Amino acid sequence: MSDQVTPTSGSASGAGTVSLDEGHHVGTGGLPATFENPGLPPHVHRAADDDPKAAKRAERQVAVLFTLSILGTLGFIVSYFAIDRMTSVFLPFIGLTNLLNVMLGVCLGIALLGIGFGAVHWAKTLMSDEEVVEERHAIASSDAARADFVGALAAGAESAQLARRPLIKATAGAALGLFALPLGVQLAGSMGNPTKALEELKQTIWDVPKDGKPIRLVRDPELTPIKASDVTIGSVFHVMPETLKELREHNVKEGHSEWHGVLEAKAKAAVLLMRLNPSEFKDDVLGRKARDWGFQGIVAYSKICTHVGCPVGLYEQQTHHLLCPCHQSTFDVTRDCEVIFGPAKRPLPQLKITVDDEGYLVAPQGFAEPVGPSYWERLK
Amino acid sequence: MSTTASARTAADLRAADAKGRTGSESKAGAAGVWVDERTGLAKGAAYMMKKVFPDHWSFMLGEVAMYSMIICLLTGVFLSFWFVPSAGQIPYNGSYLPLQGVIMSEAYNSTLAISFDIRGGLLIRQIHHWAALMFCVAITVHMLRVFLTGAFRKPRELNWVIGSILSMLAIVEGFAGYSLPDDLLSGTGIRAAEGFIRSIPLVGSYISYLLFGGTFPGEAIIPRLYSVHVLLLPAVLIGLFTAHIVLVMVHKHTQFPGPGRTNENVVGFPLMPVYTAKAGGFFFMVFGVLAIISALVTINPIWAYGPYDPSPVTAGSQPDWYMGFADGALRLLPGFLEFELFGFTWSMNVFLGAVALIPLMYTAAGVYPWIEAWVTGDKREHHLLDRPRNAPTRTAIGMAAFSFYVVLMFAAGNDIMAIRLQLSINDVTILFRMLVFVVPVIVFWVTRRICWSLQRHDREKVLHGRETGTIIRTAEGKFFERHEDIDAFERWPLVAFESPAPLALTDGADANGVSAKDAKKARRRVAWSNFYFKTRVEPVTPTELAAAHHHGEHEAISGGSAPAAIKHDKHPH
Repeated sequence: MSDQVTPTSGSASGAGTVSLDEGHHVGTGGLPATFENPGLPPHVHRAADDDPKAAKRAERQVAVLFTLSILGTLGFIVSYFAIDRMTSVFLPFIGLTNLLNVMLGVCLGIALLGIGFGAVHWAKTLMSDEEVVEERHAIASSDAARADFVGALAAGAESAQLARRPLIKATAGAALGLFALPLGVQLAGSMGNPTKALEELKQTIWDVPKDGKPIRLVRDPELTPIKASDVTIGSVFHVMPETLKELREHNVKEGHSEWHGVLEAKAKAAVLLMRLNPSEFKDDVLGRKARDWGFQGIVAYSKICTHVGCPVGLYEQQTHHLLCPCHQSTFDVTRDCEVIFGPAKRPLPQLKITVDDEGYLVAPQGFAEPVGPSYWERLK
Repeated sequence: MSTTASARTAADLRAADAKGRTGSESKAGAAGVWVDERTGLAKGAAYMMKKVFPDHWSFMLGEVAMYSMIICLLTGVFLSFWFVPSAGQIPYNGSYLPLQGVIMSEAYNSTLAISFDIRGGLLIRQIHHWAALMFCVAITVHMLRVFLTGAFRKPRELNWVIGSILSMLAIVEGFAGYSLPDDLLSGTGIRAAEGFIRSIPLVGSYISYLLFGGTFPGEAIIPRLYSVHVLLLPAVLIGLFTAHIVLVMVHKHTQFPGPGRTNENVVGFPLMPVYTAKAGGFFFMVFGVLAIISALVTINPIWAYGPYDPSPVTAGSQPDWYMGFADGALRLLPGFLEFELFGFTWSMNVFLGAVALIPLMYTAAGVYPWIEAWVTGDKREHHLLDRPRNAPTRTAIGMAAFSFYVVLMFAAGNDIMAIRLQLSINDVTILFRMLVFVVPVIVFWVTRRICWSLQRHDREKVLHGRETGTIIRTAEGKFFERHEDIDAFERWPLVAFESPAPLALTDGADANGVSAKDAKKARRRVAWSNFYFKTRVEPVTPTELAAAHHHGEHEAISGGSAPAAIKHDKHPH
């Protein structure tokens, strides 16, 4: 009993009496070891049980609630036909909101709550509130029933000659084990073509074919080319490759939907363009690389977060940090978009840029590494 | 045919029919007879109608979950009539002017139509979304109730597992649902989900390509998520839910200890009429409350976000609340958990939070009944619930686990907190990284202590009675408060619990031929048993109560946590 923390105390007690400071006391002096369940307490009548007037009052209350429900239903129907669906209304604490939605919802709510409160009030005031006792029985079947089950199982196996026909046992087992395979093959085999997965994860529409022309950087979503002189220090451009325009034109020419493959291309090609004062890049390997891959302090980085792929949309002009709004990975533009905080591990891939003869920004080559979230074979 | 009986009139035949059956006096009775003669359901129906359900407010939580699910199913059928699960791009020309001419998917277009062009469509959509949120809230709180009252113990372990799976599938179902409108926010959610899938070692890239039918986003994911959301998962949810309810019927509902309530009975009200009215009425209440919330509080205004486009994003992007804990885990897991080994990329910074966390958490919850049963060695059936205070270690474990969940959930708001409280996002994140380890430990410790205190308070109430607030001045000028004994009915719930002693190692186990391995196992079990039960508070025994009464005649009584402070001197010397 030494490990019991209650009920001990240091107070002394009179000799000869049972003292509480000696530990937990069980069943001495002719008293039972534990208390007895006193059984159900006497039932107390409600007002409506004894007083017909109270019962009548309860009846009326229930009827009022049900009537309220009927009114709610009618209100819903009237509102449905009478209220213009684009009308707005100002409600305190809520603001400007759609009147039809408010009226339909509130009326439906009243219709439903009227029934709900009516039924519960009815149950609580008028239906019997005398508690009923139901006995429980053991969940398990009786021994006889269980023996019967085991017997039936054994007899079934015996009748099927399972033990004596190993050939059937083996082939039935194999057949049952394999029958889901066709379904699985059909499903997995037809969901998509994974053979191109690794290849496509690396590709973007920034990739310049051999002997191909450098690709112009264009504004997203206007798709207009960007002159280096347009990019002032501190400004940010959301950028797509000009090939996106070509993709749409190609679609139209081929008779596809203009938008075929556009989101897929954008999801990998989105780029953020910033101009820093060239002296603001850190003077280390990373900073110099970032500056060298840019043009007069203009640098372009993949906008797709290397964590799970959200667009890294927030640029802090003062600190030159890029922040991903989804999970707050922070990238330092002055050090080649190295991760300085948050759950991402890898820097945002940089897009090497320069200018063409007309002074427009171009990318002479695609990204040097896969953009977006990491995956198992990323280094392959 | 050949057995032509003697001719009888139609009236005779009816009379003979009527004689052979009972309960056909009324029209309803007649209908019942008609059905019973074709199905034989009367016996089972009578049994069901008389079935007793115990009353307690916390038993309502599961009901809220059940009704929210039914409301989701109902409103979901409505939505399916108008929603077009297609990623095909078309220009918008509906009633919402700001988006006129914008290129968007048919899924987003049809969701806008539901919101603006179909009368009452917005209400149905809002009820569907609010009911889904309510479903997940109710499941979580219901799960907490079941855990903290020990309702998962034998014979209900299987139902606890089914419930855990239901809870996990509910959040997956929710995620599939809110991804369907293909608005900017939900599209960003799918974008992140694709990143999660990619992080799976070995097969991630391929699984992603299969699910999306090629490069993200593709046109396959919306219709596939739709199939999952309206067919596959609802079928599984309804199947498991039915099993859940059937098992509740088979086991009969648990009840809290109370006068007249034993492990062998159920005390409460019969299904017919009281529970039909109360539970049926409650369905309408839940539905009504959801309708009014949906009327007044806009949820997921997809028109404000615009269609999905991989390039733009909104600051403060967050998933629905029930995905918050996983999102929070993703925000907290540091980047260094991604590493390269054997030429492959191991994105544990993503995988642990986004892919592994959910199944791990639910597995831990699912196996808990067996862990506790192993520690206690208890193989009895339990139909009486524990008051949470009477199982302090379990309650503390439950609250610690829940606090872990809550910290992760709040971590998903680290950016909002940083903005609102004008703090650095880095500081807030670092704080959460610490809290996720520290808070559960503190919560465990504090909860266990609160439980012990409450148990001691119960003891005190049994031993010394209720404080009356009446101050008595004795002839000598002493003051004391008069205490009033509590009666047997009030006392019973306070003393009707078990406080098992920790297991002890029997000496000479090895001498009796117990193998070293078994001995090690036994030691481990004893250690766990001590962790659970070493410190404990025992229920008051009749002997103690008698002693307390006797002592009360003389001097200060001991028995609570602060014995010297408790005076009970009705007749001081």
